[in-house]
Amino acid sequence: MNMSDTPLLKVKDLSKFYGSRIGCQNVSFELWPGEVLAIVGESGSGKTTLLNCLATRLAPSAGSVEYRMRDGQFRDLYRLNEAERRFLMRTDWGFVHQNPADGLRMTVSAGANVGERLMAIGDRHYGNIRATATDWLGRVEIASDRIDDQPRAFSGGMRQRLQIARNLVTNPRLVFMDEPTGGLDVSVQARLLDLLRGLVSDLGLAAIVVTHDLAVARLLSHRMMVMKDGHIVETGLTDRVLDDPQAPYTQLLVSSILQV
Amino acid sequence: MPTPLVVSDVAKSFTMHLRDGIRLPVVANVSFSIKAGECAVLGGPSGAGKSSILKMVYGNYAVDQGQIIVPYGDRLVDLASADPRTVLGVRRDMIGYVSQFLRTVPRVSALDVVAEPLVARGIDRTEARDKAAALLAGLNLPERLWSLPPATFSGGEQQRVNIARGFITDHPILLLDEPTASLDAKNREVVVSMIRSKKEAGIAMLGIFHDEDVREAVADRIIDVTAFAVQGEAA
Repeated sequence: MNMSDTPLLKVKDLSKFYGSRIGCQNVSFELWPGEVLAIVGESGSGKTTLLNCLATRLAPSAGSVEYRMRDGQFRDLYRLNEAERRFLMRTDWGFVHQNPADGLRMTVSAGANVGERLMAIGDRHYGNIRATATDWLGRVEIASDRIDDQPRAFSGGMRQRLQIARNLVTNPRLVFMDEPTGGLDVSVQARLLDLLRGLVSDLGLAAIVVTHDLAVARLLSHRMMVMKDGHIVETGLTDRVLDDPQAPYTQLLVSSILQV
Repeated sequence: MPTPLVVSDVAKSFTMHLRDGIRLPVVANVSFSIKAGECAVLGGPSGAGKSSILKMVYGNYAVDQGQIIVPYGDRLVDLASADPRTVLGVRRDMIGYVSQFLRTVPRVSALDVVAEPLVARGIDRTEARDKAAALLAGLNLPERLWSLPPATFSGGEQQRVNIARGFITDHPILLLDEPTASLDAKNREVVVSMIRSKKEAGIAMLGIFHDEDVREAVADRIIDVTAFAVQGEAA
Protein backbone atom coordinates (compact mmCIF):
# COMPACT_ATOMS: atom_id res chain seq x y z
CA MET A 1 0.00 0.00 0.00
CA ASN A 2 1.43 3.25 -1.05
CA MET A 3 -0.59 6.04 0.47
CA SER A 4 0.47 9.62 0.20
CA ASP A 5 -0.61 12.23 2.67
CA THR A 6 -3.26 13.86 0.54
CA PRO A 7 -6.63 12.32 -0.23
CA LEU A 8 -7.56 11.60 -3.82
CA LEU A 9 -11.26 12.14 -3.30
CA LYS A 10 -13.12 14.33 -0.80
CA VAL A 11 -16.84 13.78 -0.48
CA LYS A 12 -18.91 16.14 1.62
CA ASP A 13 -22.60 15.90 2.55
CA LEU A 14 -23.49 14.20 -0.68
CA SER A 15 -27.23 13.60 -1.13
CA LYS A 16 -29.41 12.38 -3.93
CA PHE A 17 -33.18 12.54 -3.83
CA TYR A 18 -35.59 11.01 -6.30
CA GLY A 19 -38.53 13.33 -5.69
CA SER A 20 -39.26 12.85 -2.02
CA ARG A 21 -37.53 9.46 -1.90
CA ILE A 22 -33.97 9.29 -0.55
CA GLY A 23 -31.31 7.76 -2.79
CA CYS A 24 -28.49 8.59 -0.41
CA GLN A 25 -28.20 11.31 2.21
CA ASN A 26 -25.37 13.27 3.86
CA VAL A 27 -22.54 11.00 2.82
CA SER A 28 -19.08 12.32 3.70
CA PHE A 29 -15.73 10.55 3.44
CA GLU A 30 -12.25 10.82 2.02
CA LEU A 31 -10.38 8.29 -0.07
CA TRP A 32 -6.58 8.09 -0.23
CA PRO A 33 -4.38 6.79 -3.03
CA GLY A 34 -3.98 3.02 -2.81
CA GLU A 35 -7.01 2.63 -0.58
CA VAL A 36 -9.85 0.25 -1.37
CA LEU A 37 -13.21 1.21 0.10
CA ALA A 38 -16.14 -1.19 0.05
CA ILE A 39 -19.69 0.11 0.17
CA VAL A 40 -21.95 -2.67 1.40
CA GLY A 41 -25.65 -2.97 2.02
CA GLU A 42 -28.65 -4.80 0.65
CA SER A 43 -30.52 -4.05 -2.58
CA GLY A 44 -32.11 -0.62 -2.43
CA SER A 45 -29.79 0.67 0.30
CA GLY A 46 -28.51 3.41 -2.01
CA LYS A 47 -25.02 2.08 -2.64
CA THR A 48 -25.24 2.14 -6.43
CA THR A 49 -26.85 5.60 -6.34
CA LEU A 50 -23.91 6.78 -4.25
CA LEU A 51 -21.39 5.18 -6.60
CA ASN A 52 -23.01 6.82 -9.61
CA CYS A 53 -23.03 10.22 -7.90
CA LEU A 54 -19.31 9.85 -7.16
CA ALA A 55 -18.46 8.79 -10.70
CA THR A 56 -20.42 11.71 -12.25
CA ARG A 57 -22.87 9.31 -13.83
CA LEU A 58 -25.71 10.82 -11.83
CA ALA A 59 -26.09 14.42 -10.67
CA PRO A 60 -26.38 14.68 -6.87
CA SER A 61 -29.06 16.86 -5.29
CA ALA A 62 -26.68 18.39 -2.76
CA GLY A 63 -23.11 18.20 -1.50
CA SER A 64 -19.73 18.18 -3.16
CA VAL A 65 -17.23 15.70 -4.57
CA GLU A 66 -13.70 16.98 -5.00
CA TYR A 67 -11.04 15.04 -6.89
CA ARG A 68 -7.31 15.66 -6.88
CA MET A 69 -6.35 16.03 -10.54
CA ARG A 70 -2.93 14.93 -11.83
CA ASP A 71 -1.65 18.48 -11.37
CA GLY A 72 -2.36 18.18 -7.62
CA GLN A 73 -5.30 20.60 -7.64
CA PHE A 74 -8.63 19.62 -6.14
CA ARG A 75 -11.54 20.18 -8.47
CA ASP A 76 -15.25 19.96 -7.80
CA LEU A 77 -16.38 17.21 -10.13
CA TYR A 78 -19.63 18.95 -10.86
CA ARG A 79 -17.88 22.09 -12.02
CA LEU A 80 -15.61 20.43 -14.53
CA ASN A 81 -16.11 21.19 -18.18
CA GLU A 82 -17.01 18.37 -20.51
CA ALA A 83 -13.44 17.90 -21.79
CA GLU A 84 -12.06 17.56 -18.26
CA ARG A 85 -14.80 15.16 -17.30
CA ARG A 86 -14.12 13.01 -20.34
CA PHE A 87 -10.41 12.96 -19.53
CA LEU A 88 -11.26 11.53 -16.12
CA MET A 89 -13.68 8.95 -17.45
CA ARG A 90 -11.40 7.79 -20.23
CA THR A 91 -8.00 7.93 -18.56
CA ASP A 92 -7.73 8.62 -14.88
CA TRP A 93 -10.72 6.55 -13.83
CA GLY A 94 -12.13 3.15 -14.53
CA PHE A 95 -15.68 1.94 -14.07
CA VAL A 96 -16.31 -1.78 -13.85
CA HIS A 97 -19.97 -2.63 -14.31
CA GLN A 98 -21.69 -5.67 -12.85
CA ASN A 99 -22.82 -6.68 -16.32
CA PRO A 100 -19.77 -6.71 -18.62
CA ALA A 101 -22.01 -5.93 -21.59
CA ASP A 102 -22.55 -2.46 -20.06
CA GLY A 103 -18.83 -1.74 -20.05
CA LEU A 104 -17.70 -3.51 -23.21
CA ARG A 105 -18.44 -3.17 -26.88
CA MET A 106 -19.79 -6.59 -27.59
CA THR A 107 -19.38 -6.52 -31.37
CA VAL A 108 -15.75 -5.46 -31.64
CA SER A 109 -12.79 -7.71 -30.85
CA ALA A 110 -11.33 -8.19 -27.39
CA GLY A 111 -8.14 -6.47 -28.56
CA ALA A 112 -10.08 -3.48 -29.85
CA ASN A 113 -12.02 -3.23 -26.59
CA VAL A 114 -8.75 -2.75 -24.74
CA GLY A 115 -7.13 -0.69 -27.48
CA GLU A 116 -10.02 1.75 -27.70
CA ARG A 117 -9.14 3.34 -24.36
CA LEU A 118 -5.55 3.77 -25.52
CA MET A 119 -6.69 5.44 -28.74
CA ALA A 120 -8.92 7.74 -26.70
CA ILE A 121 -5.81 9.11 -24.99
CA GLY A 122 -4.02 9.63 -28.29
CA ASP A 123 -2.14 6.42 -28.95
CA ARG A 124 -2.13 5.88 -32.72
CA HIS A 125 0.53 3.23 -33.30
CA TYR A 126 -1.28 0.00 -34.20
CA GLY A 127 1.63 -2.24 -33.23
CA ASN A 128 1.98 -0.63 -29.80
CA ILE A 129 -1.73 -0.74 -29.16
CA ARG A 130 -1.94 -4.40 -30.09
CA ALA A 131 1.12 -5.26 -28.01
CA THR A 132 -0.30 -3.45 -24.96
CA ALA A 133 -3.68 -5.10 -25.49
CA THR A 134 -2.03 -8.54 -25.69
CA ASP A 135 -0.07 -7.83 -22.54
CA TRP A 136 -3.22 -6.81 -20.68
CA LEU A 137 -5.20 -9.82 -21.89
CA GLY A 138 -2.38 -11.93 -20.45
CA ARG A 139 -2.54 -10.11 -17.13
CA VAL A 140 -6.24 -10.89 -16.85
CA GLU A 141 -5.58 -14.47 -17.91
CA ILE A 142 -7.18 -14.40 -21.35
CA ALA A 143 -5.23 -16.49 -23.90
CA SER A 144 -3.56 -14.40 -26.59
CA ASP A 145 -5.23 -16.39 -29.37
CA ARG A 146 -8.57 -14.90 -28.28
CA ILE A 147 -7.53 -11.32 -29.04
CA ASP A 148 -9.50 -11.15 -32.29
CA ASP A 149 -12.64 -12.74 -30.88
CA GLN A 150 -15.63 -10.66 -29.87
CA PRO A 151 -16.67 -10.67 -26.22
CA ARG A 152 -19.97 -12.18 -27.35
CA ALA A 153 -18.03 -15.43 -27.72
CA PHE A 154 -16.60 -15.19 -24.18
CA SER A 155 -17.91 -16.75 -20.97
CA GLY A 156 -19.21 -14.44 -18.22
CA GLY A 157 -15.98 -14.68 -16.25
CA MET A 158 -13.84 -13.91 -19.30
CA ARG A 159 -16.03 -10.95 -20.22
CA GLN A 160 -15.59 -9.55 -16.73
CA ARG A 161 -11.82 -10.00 -16.91
CA LEU A 162 -11.82 -8.28 -20.29
CA GLN A 163 -13.77 -5.38 -18.85
CA ILE A 164 -11.17 -5.05 -16.12
CA ALA A 165 -8.34 -5.03 -18.66
CA ARG A 166 -10.15 -2.36 -20.70
CA ASN A 167 -10.41 -0.20 -17.58
CA LEU A 168 -6.89 -0.63 -16.29
CA VAL A 169 -4.98 -0.24 -19.55
CA THR A 170 -4.75 3.55 -19.18
CA ASN A 171 -3.23 3.31 -15.68
CA PRO A 172 -6.14 4.94 -13.89
CA ARG A 173 -5.70 6.22 -10.34
CA LEU A 174 -9.25 5.46 -9.26
CA VAL A 175 -11.54 2.61 -10.23
CA PHE A 176 -15.24 2.34 -9.42
CA MET A 177 -16.68 -1.17 -9.31
CA ASP A 178 -20.35 -2.04 -9.12
CA GLU A 179 -20.78 -5.64 -7.91
CA PRO A 180 -17.78 -6.80 -9.96
CA THR A 181 -18.33 -10.45 -9.08
CA GLY A 182 -22.14 -10.44 -9.15
CA GLY A 183 -23.68 -13.01 -11.45
CA LEU A 184 -20.55 -15.18 -11.67
CA ASP A 185 -20.15 -18.77 -10.51
CA VAL A 186 -18.35 -19.12 -7.19
CA SER A 187 -15.20 -20.67 -8.70
CA VAL A 188 -15.10 -17.94 -11.36
CA GLN A 189 -15.61 -15.33 -8.62
CA ALA A 190 -12.63 -16.62 -6.64
CA ARG A 191 -10.38 -16.32 -9.67
CA LEU A 192 -11.61 -12.82 -10.47
CA LEU A 193 -11.25 -11.69 -6.86
CA ASP A 194 -7.72 -12.97 -6.63
CA LEU A 195 -6.89 -11.24 -9.90
CA LEU A 196 -8.45 -7.96 -8.77
CA ARG A 197 -6.74 -8.13 -5.41
CA GLY A 198 -3.35 -8.59 -7.06
CA LEU A 199 -3.87 -5.85 -9.64
CA VAL A 200 -5.16 -3.33 -7.13
CA SER A 201 -2.20 -3.81 -4.81
CA ASP A 202 0.45 -4.06 -7.56
CA LEU A 203 -0.79 -0.91 -9.29
CA GLY A 204 -1.49 0.97 -6.05
CA LEU A 205 -5.00 1.77 -7.27
CA ALA A 206 -7.62 3.48 -5.22
CA ALA A 207 -10.95 1.74 -5.64
CA ILE A 208 -14.53 2.08 -4.50
CA VAL A 209 -16.27 -1.27 -4.67
CA VAL A 210 -20.01 -1.62 -4.26
CA THR A 211 -21.00 -5.11 -3.19
CA HIS A 212 -23.66 -6.91 -1.21
CA ASP A 213 -21.21 -9.75 -0.62
CA LEU A 214 -19.32 -9.32 2.66
CA ALA A 215 -16.74 -11.94 1.67
CA VAL A 216 -15.86 -9.86 -1.38
CA ALA A 217 -15.55 -6.79 0.84
CA ARG A 218 -13.29 -8.65 3.27
CA LEU A 219 -11.00 -9.90 0.55
CA LEU A 220 -10.69 -6.68 -1.44
CA SER A 221 -11.14 -3.70 0.84
CA HIS A 222 -9.22 -1.91 3.56
CA ARG A 223 -12.18 0.05 4.79
CA MET A 224 -15.94 -0.37 4.69
CA MET A 225 -19.06 1.76 4.74
CA VAL A 226 -22.34 0.05 5.55
CA MET A 227 -25.45 1.62 4.00
CA LYS A 228 -29.08 1.30 4.88
CA ASP A 229 -31.99 3.31 3.49
CA GLY A 230 -29.62 5.78 1.89
CA HIS A 231 -27.61 6.47 5.04
CA ILE A 232 -24.18 5.34 6.20
CA VAL A 233 -24.90 3.37 9.38
CA GLU A 234 -21.37 2.23 10.13
CA THR A 235 -17.89 2.83 8.82
CA GLY A 236 -14.44 1.57 9.74
CA LEU A 237 -11.61 -0.81 9.09
CA THR A 238 -12.99 -3.78 7.14
CA ASP A 239 -12.00 -6.49 9.61
CA ARG A 240 -13.19 -4.40 12.55
CA VAL A 241 -16.62 -3.85 11.00
CA LEU A 242 -16.99 -7.54 10.14
CA ASP A 243 -15.55 -9.02 13.36
CA ASP A 244 -17.03 -6.53 15.82
CA PRO A 245 -20.01 -4.87 14.12
CA GLN A 246 -21.54 -2.06 16.18
CA ALA A 247 -24.68 -0.93 14.37
CA PRO A 248 -27.79 -3.12 14.66
CA TYR A 249 -28.05 -3.35 10.89
CA THR A 250 -24.39 -4.39 10.48
CA GLN A 251 -24.87 -7.07 13.14
CA LEU A 252 -27.84 -8.34 11.17
CA LEU A 253 -25.86 -8.40 7.92
CA VAL A 254 -22.88 -10.17 9.47
CA SER A 255 -25.04 -12.71 11.28
CA SER A 256 -26.86 -13.50 8.04
CA ILE A 257 -23.76 -14.89 6.31
CA LEU A 258 -24.15 -18.59 5.63
CA GLN A 259 -21.28 -20.70 6.91
CA VAL A 260 -19.93 -23.42 4.65
CA MET B 1 12.86 4.67 23.17
CA PRO B 2 9.26 4.95 24.39
CA THR B 3 7.49 1.88 25.76
CA PRO B 4 6.26 -0.04 22.70
CA LEU B 5 2.78 -0.74 24.07
CA VAL B 6 0.80 0.97 26.82
CA VAL B 7 -2.78 -0.08 27.51
CA SER B 8 -4.63 2.09 29.99
CA ASP B 9 -8.12 1.82 31.45
CA VAL B 10 -9.51 -0.07 28.50
CA ALA B 11 -13.05 -1.42 28.68
CA LYS B 12 -14.93 -3.65 26.26
CA SER B 13 -18.46 -4.93 26.06
CA PHE B 14 -20.59 -6.39 23.32
CA THR B 15 -24.09 -5.07 22.67
CA MET B 16 -26.20 -7.70 20.93
CA HIS B 17 -28.76 -5.67 19.03
CA LEU B 18 -30.37 -8.81 17.63
CA ARG B 19 -30.96 -10.07 21.19
CA ASP B 20 -32.95 -7.11 22.47
CA GLY B 21 -29.79 -5.12 22.96
CA ILE B 22 -28.34 -7.33 25.71
CA ARG B 23 -25.03 -5.93 26.86
CA LEU B 24 -22.27 -8.43 27.57
CA PRO B 25 -19.44 -6.88 29.55
CA VAL B 26 -16.08 -8.46 28.73
CA VAL B 27 -13.35 -6.52 30.54
CA ALA B 28 -12.89 -3.16 32.25
CA ASN B 29 -9.97 -1.16 33.68
CA VAL B 30 -7.47 -3.06 31.59
CA SER B 31 -4.09 -1.46 32.23
CA PHE B 32 -0.64 -2.80 31.49
CA SER B 33 2.42 -1.98 29.46
CA ILE B 34 5.01 -4.08 27.72
CA LYS B 35 8.69 -3.24 27.48
CA ALA B 36 10.96 -3.91 24.55
CA GLY B 37 12.30 -7.47 24.70
CA GLU B 38 9.61 -8.62 27.10
CA CYS B 39 7.06 -11.39 26.54
CA ALA B 40 3.92 -10.91 28.61
CA VAL B 41 1.31 -13.63 28.65
CA LEU B 42 -2.39 -13.06 29.22
CA GLY B 43 -3.58 -15.57 31.79
CA GLY B 44 -7.04 -16.64 32.93
CA PRO B 45 -9.76 -19.14 32.05
CA SER B 46 -11.61 -19.27 28.73
CA GLY B 47 -14.05 -16.43 28.40
CA ALA B 48 -12.06 -14.10 30.64
CA GLY B 49 -11.39 -11.81 27.68
CA LYS B 50 -7.83 -12.69 26.67
CA SER B 51 -8.54 -12.84 22.95
CA SER B 52 -10.66 -9.70 23.11
CA ILE B 53 -7.72 -7.79 24.62
CA LEU B 54 -5.41 -9.04 21.89
CA LYS B 55 -7.91 -8.10 19.20
CA MET B 56 -8.36 -4.61 20.64
CA VAL B 57 -4.61 -4.09 20.59
CA TYR B 58 -4.59 -5.09 16.92
CA GLY B 59 -7.50 -2.74 16.14
CA ASN B 60 -9.67 -5.66 15.17
CA TYR B 61 -12.19 -5.07 17.98
CA ALA B 62 -13.65 -1.71 18.86
CA VAL B 63 -12.71 -0.27 22.25
CA ASP B 64 -15.47 1.20 24.45
CA GLN B 65 -13.14 3.38 26.49
CA GLY B 66 -9.51 3.83 27.44
CA GLN B 67 -6.37 4.12 25.37
CA ILE B 68 -3.95 1.82 23.57
CA ILE B 69 -0.79 3.79 22.91
CA VAL B 70 1.82 2.77 20.37
CA PRO B 71 4.74 4.92 19.20
CA TYR B 72 4.45 5.44 15.45
CA GLY B 73 7.02 7.48 13.60
CA ASP B 74 7.70 10.49 15.76
CA ARG B 75 4.34 10.49 17.52
CA LEU B 76 2.21 8.38 19.82
CA VAL B 77 -0.92 6.86 18.34
CA ASP B 78 -3.99 5.84 20.34
CA LEU B 79 -5.24 2.76 18.53
CA ALA B 80 -8.53 2.92 20.42
CA SER B 81 -9.48 6.11 18.60
CA ALA B 82 -7.25 6.14 15.50
CA ASP B 83 -8.81 6.29 12.03
CA PRO B 84 -8.66 3.16 9.84
CA ARG B 85 -5.82 4.49 7.72
CA THR B 86 -3.63 5.04 10.79
CA VAL B 87 -4.47 1.60 12.16
CA LEU B 88 -3.43 0.03 8.85
CA GLY B 89 -0.17 1.99 8.92
CA VAL B 90 0.55 0.90 12.50
CA ARG B 91 -0.16 -2.72 11.55
CA ARG B 92 2.09 -2.51 8.53
CA ASP B 93 5.01 -0.97 10.40
CA MET B 94 4.60 -1.69 14.11
CA ILE B 95 2.45 -4.71 14.98
CA GLY B 96 2.79 -8.31 13.86
CA TYR B 97 -0.02 -10.72 14.64
CA VAL B 98 -0.20 -14.49 14.69
CA SER B 99 -3.88 -15.28 14.74
CA GLN B 100 -5.31 -18.57 15.90
CA PHE B 101 -6.67 -19.43 12.49
CA LEU B 102 -5.33 -18.67 9.07
CA ARG B 103 -7.68 -16.78 6.79
CA THR B 104 -6.79 -18.16 3.40
CA VAL B 105 -7.17 -16.42 0.08
CA PRO B 106 -7.96 -18.57 -2.94
CA ARG B 107 -5.02 -19.24 -5.25
CA VAL B 108 -2.33 -17.53 -3.13
CA SER B 109 0.54 -19.90 -2.30
CA ALA B 110 1.77 -20.57 1.24
CA LEU B 111 5.07 -18.92 0.35
CA ASP B 112 3.34 -15.72 -0.79
CA VAL B 113 1.02 -15.71 2.23
CA VAL B 114 4.13 -15.68 4.42
CA ALA B 115 6.03 -13.16 2.27
CA GLU B 116 3.11 -10.72 2.02
CA PRO B 117 3.81 -8.58 5.14
CA LEU B 118 7.31 -7.88 3.83
CA VAL B 119 6.08 -7.12 0.31
CA ALA B 120 3.53 -4.73 1.84
CA ARG B 121 6.46 -2.87 3.40
CA GLY B 122 8.09 -2.43 0.03
CA ILE B 123 10.62 -5.25 0.22
CA ASP B 124 11.53 -6.93 -3.05
CA ARG B 125 9.33 -9.98 -3.70
CA THR B 126 12.26 -12.34 -4.36
CA GLU B 127 13.97 -11.34 -1.14
CA ALA B 128 10.69 -11.67 0.77
CA ARG B 129 10.11 -15.15 -0.67
CA ASP B 130 13.64 -16.24 0.29
CA LYS B 131 13.02 -15.18 3.85
CA ALA B 132 9.61 -16.88 3.81
CA ALA B 133 11.21 -20.10 2.55
CA ALA B 134 13.79 -20.03 5.33
CA LEU B 135 11.08 -19.61 7.97
CA LEU B 136 8.89 -22.39 6.55
CA ALA B 137 11.91 -24.69 6.38
CA GLY B 138 12.75 -23.88 10.01
CA LEU B 139 9.18 -24.78 10.97
CA ASN B 140 9.50 -28.11 9.14
CA LEU B 141 6.77 -27.42 6.60
CA PRO B 142 7.45 -29.81 3.69
CA GLU B 143 8.77 -27.93 0.69
CA ARG B 144 6.25 -29.55 -1.67
CA LEU B 145 3.52 -27.53 0.12
CA TRP B 146 5.09 -24.11 -0.30
CA SER B 147 3.66 -23.42 -3.73
CA LEU B 148 0.14 -24.53 -2.76
CA PRO B 149 -2.62 -22.37 -1.29
CA PRO B 150 -2.92 -23.33 2.41
CA ALA B 151 -6.72 -23.82 2.29
CA THR B 152 -6.35 -27.61 2.13
CA PHE B 153 -3.52 -27.87 4.69
CA SER B 154 -3.98 -29.59 8.06
CA GLY B 155 -4.52 -27.43 11.17
CA GLY B 156 -0.89 -27.76 12.22
CA GLU B 157 0.40 -26.92 8.76
CA GLN B 158 -1.82 -23.85 8.50
CA GLN B 159 -0.68 -22.73 11.92
CA ARG B 160 2.97 -22.93 10.89
CA VAL B 161 2.19 -20.80 7.81
CA ASN B 162 0.51 -18.33 10.16
CA ILE B 163 3.49 -18.28 12.53
CA ALA B 164 5.95 -17.74 9.70
CA ARG B 165 3.79 -14.86 8.42
CA GLY B 166 3.73 -13.23 11.85
CA PHE B 167 7.45 -13.68 12.51
CA ILE B 168 8.78 -12.66 9.10
CA THR B 169 8.86 -8.92 9.84
CA ASP B 170 10.84 -7.10 12.49
CA HIS B 171 7.78 -5.32 13.89
CA PRO B 172 8.54 -3.93 17.37
CA ILE B 173 5.32 -5.48 18.73
CA LEU B 174 4.20 -9.05 18.15
CA LEU B 175 0.82 -10.43 19.21
CA LEU B 176 0.53 -14.20 19.58
CA ASP B 177 -2.88 -15.87 19.85
CA GLU B 178 -2.16 -19.47 20.84
CA PRO B 179 0.50 -19.99 18.21
CA THR B 180 1.36 -23.49 19.44
CA ALA B 181 -2.15 -24.88 19.98
CA SER B 182 -2.05 -27.51 17.22
CA LEU B 183 1.67 -28.17 16.94
CA ASP B 184 3.61 -31.28 17.89
CA ALA B 185 6.38 -31.16 20.51
CA LYS B 186 9.17 -30.68 17.99
CA ASN B 187 7.55 -27.68 16.32
CA ARG B 188 6.52 -26.21 19.68
CA GLU B 189 10.22 -26.16 20.52
CA VAL B 190 10.92 -24.34 17.26
CA VAL B 191 8.35 -21.68 18.12
CA VAL B 192 9.76 -21.30 21.63
CA SER B 193 13.21 -20.63 20.21
CA MET B 194 11.75 -18.20 17.65
CA ILE B 195 10.11 -16.28 20.50
CA ARG B 196 13.43 -16.21 22.38
CA SER B 197 15.17 -14.74 19.33
CA LYS B 198 12.50 -12.06 19.10
CA LYS B 199 13.11 -11.18 22.76
CA GLU B 200 16.81 -10.84 22.10
CA ALA B 201 15.97 -8.58 19.17
CA GLY B 202 14.05 -6.33 21.58
CA ILE B 203 10.56 -7.16 20.33
CA ALA B 204 7.69 -6.58 22.78
CA MET B 205 5.36 -9.58 22.78
CA LEU B 206 1.87 -10.13 24.14
CA GLY B 207 0.52 -13.63 23.90
CA ILE B 208 -2.01 -16.24 24.85
CA PHE B 209 -0.62 -19.72 25.50
CA HIS B 210 -2.76 -22.48 26.88
CA ASP B 211 0.13 -24.93 26.73
CA GLU B 212 1.80 -24.70 30.15
CA ASP B 213 5.24 -25.87 29.01
CA VAL B 214 5.41 -23.20 26.32
CA ARG B 215 4.12 -20.56 28.71
CA GLU B 216 6.74 -21.48 31.30
CA ALA B 217 9.42 -21.32 28.65
CA VAL B 218 8.59 -17.91 27.19
CA ALA B 219 6.66 -15.81 29.72
CA ASP B 220 8.49 -13.07 31.55
CA ARG B 221 5.28 -12.11 33.26
CA ILE B 222 1.67 -13.27 33.46
CA ILE B 223 -1.05 -10.64 33.19
CA ASP B 224 -4.03 -12.00 35.10
CA VAL B 225 -7.07 -11.12 33.03
CA THR B 226 -9.52 -12.09 35.79
CA ALA B 227 -8.38 -8.89 37.52
CA PHE B 228 -10.12 -7.01 34.70
CA ALA B 229 -13.47 -8.74 35.21
CA VAL B 230 -16.39 -6.35 35.24
CA GLN B 231 -17.54 -5.94 38.84
CA GLY B 232 -21.18 -6.27 39.80
CA GLU B 233 -22.31 -7.42 36.36
CA ALA B 234 -22.29 -11.18 36.15
CA ALA B 235 -21.81 -12.22 32.53
